[in-house]
Amino acid sequence: MQTSNNTNNSYLSSQTPPSGGWGAGSLISSVVPLPIENVDTDQIIPARFLKATDKKGFGDNLFADWRFNKDGSPKTEFVLNDPNYTGEILVAGKNFGSGSSREHAAWAIAGYGFKVVVSSFFADIFRNNALNNGVLPVVVSPEFLAEIFESVNKDSKTTLKVDLKSQTIINNATGKSESIEINSYKKDCLLNGFDDIDYLLSKKELIEEWEKKASTAH
Amino acid sequence: MRKEKDKDNDMTTNTKQISPSGFNESSAERGRGASTLFDKIWDAHVVSTIEDGPTQLYIDRHFCHEVTSPQAFNGLRERGLKVFRPEKTTMTADHNTPTKDQHLPVKDPVSRRQLEAFAKNAEEFNMPLFYPLGHEKNGVVHIIGPENGFTQPGMTIVCGDSHTSTHGAFGTIAFGIGTSEVEMVLATQCILQSRPKTMRITFNGRIKPGVTSKDLALYMISKLTTGGATGYFVEYAGEAIRNLTMEERMTVCNLSIEMGARGGLIAPDETTFNYMKGREFMPKGEDWERSLAYWKTLKSDEDAVFDKELVFNADDIQPRITYGTNPGMGMGINESIPTLDQIDEAGRISFKKSLDYMGFKPGERLLGKKIDYVFLGSCTNGRIEDFRLFTNYIKGKKKADNIIAWLVPGSWKVRKQIEEEGLDKILEEAGFEIREPGCSACLAMNDDKIPAGKYAVSTTNRNFEGRQGQGARTILAGPLVAAAAAVNGKITMPTP
Repeated sequence: MQTSNNTNNSYLSSQTPPSGGWGAGSLISSVVPLPIENVDTDQIIPARFLKATDKKGFGDNLFADWRFNKDGSPKTEFVLNDPNYTGEILVAGKNFGSGSSREHAAWAIAGYGFKVVVSSFFADIFRNNALNNGVLPVVVSPEFLAEIFESVNKDSKTTLKVDLKSQTIINNATGKSESIEINSYKKDCLLNGFDDIDYLLSKKELIEEWEKKASTAH
Repeated sequence: MRKEKDKDNDMTTNTKQISPSGFNESSAERGRGASTLFDKIWDAHVVSTIEDGPTQLYIDRHFCHEVTSPQAFNGLRERGLKVFRPEKTTMTADHNTPTKDQHLPVKDPVSRRQLEAFAKNAEEFNMPLFYPLGHEKNGVVHIIGPENGFTQPGMTIVCGDSHTSTHGAFGTIAFGIGTSEVEMVLATQCILQSRPKTMRITFNGRIKPGVTSKDLALYMISKLTTGGATGYFVEYAGEAIRNLTMEERMTVCNLSIEMGARGGLIAPDETTFNYMKGREFMPKGEDWERSLAYWKTLKSDEDAVFDKELVFNADDIQPRITYGTNPGMGMGINESIPTLDQIDEAGRISFKKSLDYMGFKPGERLLGKKIDYVFLGSCTNGRIEDFRLFTNYIKGKKKADNIIAWLVPGSWKVRKQIEEEGLDKILEEAGFEIREPGCSACLAMNDDKIPAGKYAVSTTNRNFEGRQGQGARTILAGPLVAAAAAVNGKITMPTP
């Protein structure tokens, strides 16, 4: 399992899952801890970076204002700049991804190389956007979340196992696990690399029928 | 952010909770015949349901702007698809646009390219409702929708923008979506969504004179916190809501997302129908009468069960400001910032980080605090009534010398009305100028950025770090508090 960041994000345009990601159904990785609550999408990707017309390069500006000084040099105290913490799993405080609907936040997280975000609570729109980009949002209990932060604090090489097939997350430092809630439709999409548009396009006849019915209803 | 215990105390004094039920349960499945307004509109738009998965929902109106749509149009191109129902998408440029000299080429080359891509997409995909910079119908997407009559009761409405909840003021299911979902709507006029839970928030009593619907909304958000309505679709009800104008209702619904709600709606009534009648894209003649008869049925049944109910007293509400870096961190204008011991332990790191960013101390009062910038505008408070309130307060006074003020109408139509009513003259005499429409300093994607370290009293929706410019410090407020700050140069109680 690779742990380097800035991995190839070509899957974003090819509609296939990240290599070595959900095709395999599970991953084991060290984590990047961000014990801040209410991390909003303006922090994940500030608005001034939203002027692109494609999905590339957002990972370079993930958490830009927390990560870089004004002159572009890295802020050494920020966790993404600390070589002790690497991995494909971001662990954040409650209510992650609140605020703006910008999918650029999900592109930035995926583009940087994260495949999983763990928190005790996610904002609705971010959650959908993450799932639509092969990033799995995993909701854990506040206690389980606090324990991950504690484990990582003790040993920065602590790993988590996220198994999408069996829908479990395991803190390998404590051996404790919790189940991952995801509906079977989205699970199949992630495992097989399908997306919602594929599904909707297969329902064109139903849509036209619905339109006919609606036009006579009122 | 405040301790759970405190929050519970607040809730028990003026709220009650009805047993919450699980997800994906319609009112019928709950064993009751009665439906909420949300249930009625949702159920009328279900095209199909996936077992152990989301619902395929038909979308009546799609609004589209330049920032969250280019990748969706690219997706259509890559898949060789056309736009399925072009007449159901309304396109306006707003996020990235300058608020001065819009007749000249946009200076920032990256912004210009995004606006050009937007125009190219409109042309290539034959989009009939495209309102570029300078068009008489151009403006902030959530202002021009209702203004031109695109927004109608009973509709499902989406846009790649979280403040789409604004349109809920007309009794619609309106919510923000991501760009993948924008692509779904363009390709099929449908999206896949999980059914949210329902919440009703009732405001009894009436807001006092000098208190705006923005204050009411900020009060509610600070009670619920920034994630307190996540997973829910909210219906606003009660005497205080019924007595609001349509524009005031739009401000309340607009801010639903700031407590995490999927959206917020208000049942349509005579106020709604009076606002809508005669607007360009509204049904006319017999069609209007037929639609009106349907719209009048759009309300929650009396015995409808909500997953959660909250009740507040509108009489209690004072003019409000925020002190932190999310909209839930708010207080009455003459109150004090909470002290550390009032904050639960898990939230203290975030609380301290937030106050450090703002340059405030726990327990501090902000009345009399010197301010540098005032911003009036945005989809939250950029409508004609906001400009009237602001101007009415300003009349006969002068802008404080230390204040830089940006007054940005939400649309060209709002700006035209400002001129027709002579508000611009009064504002100019007081030392203000009216700019050209757009989202402007609300998210600082254009040149209107608050400099680092400076304080701005802003009528917008988000006080997130860097939202109004890198290092900018935002204090959210209503148009009256903004007006009082603009003439006094500091945070001031807006006494009439």
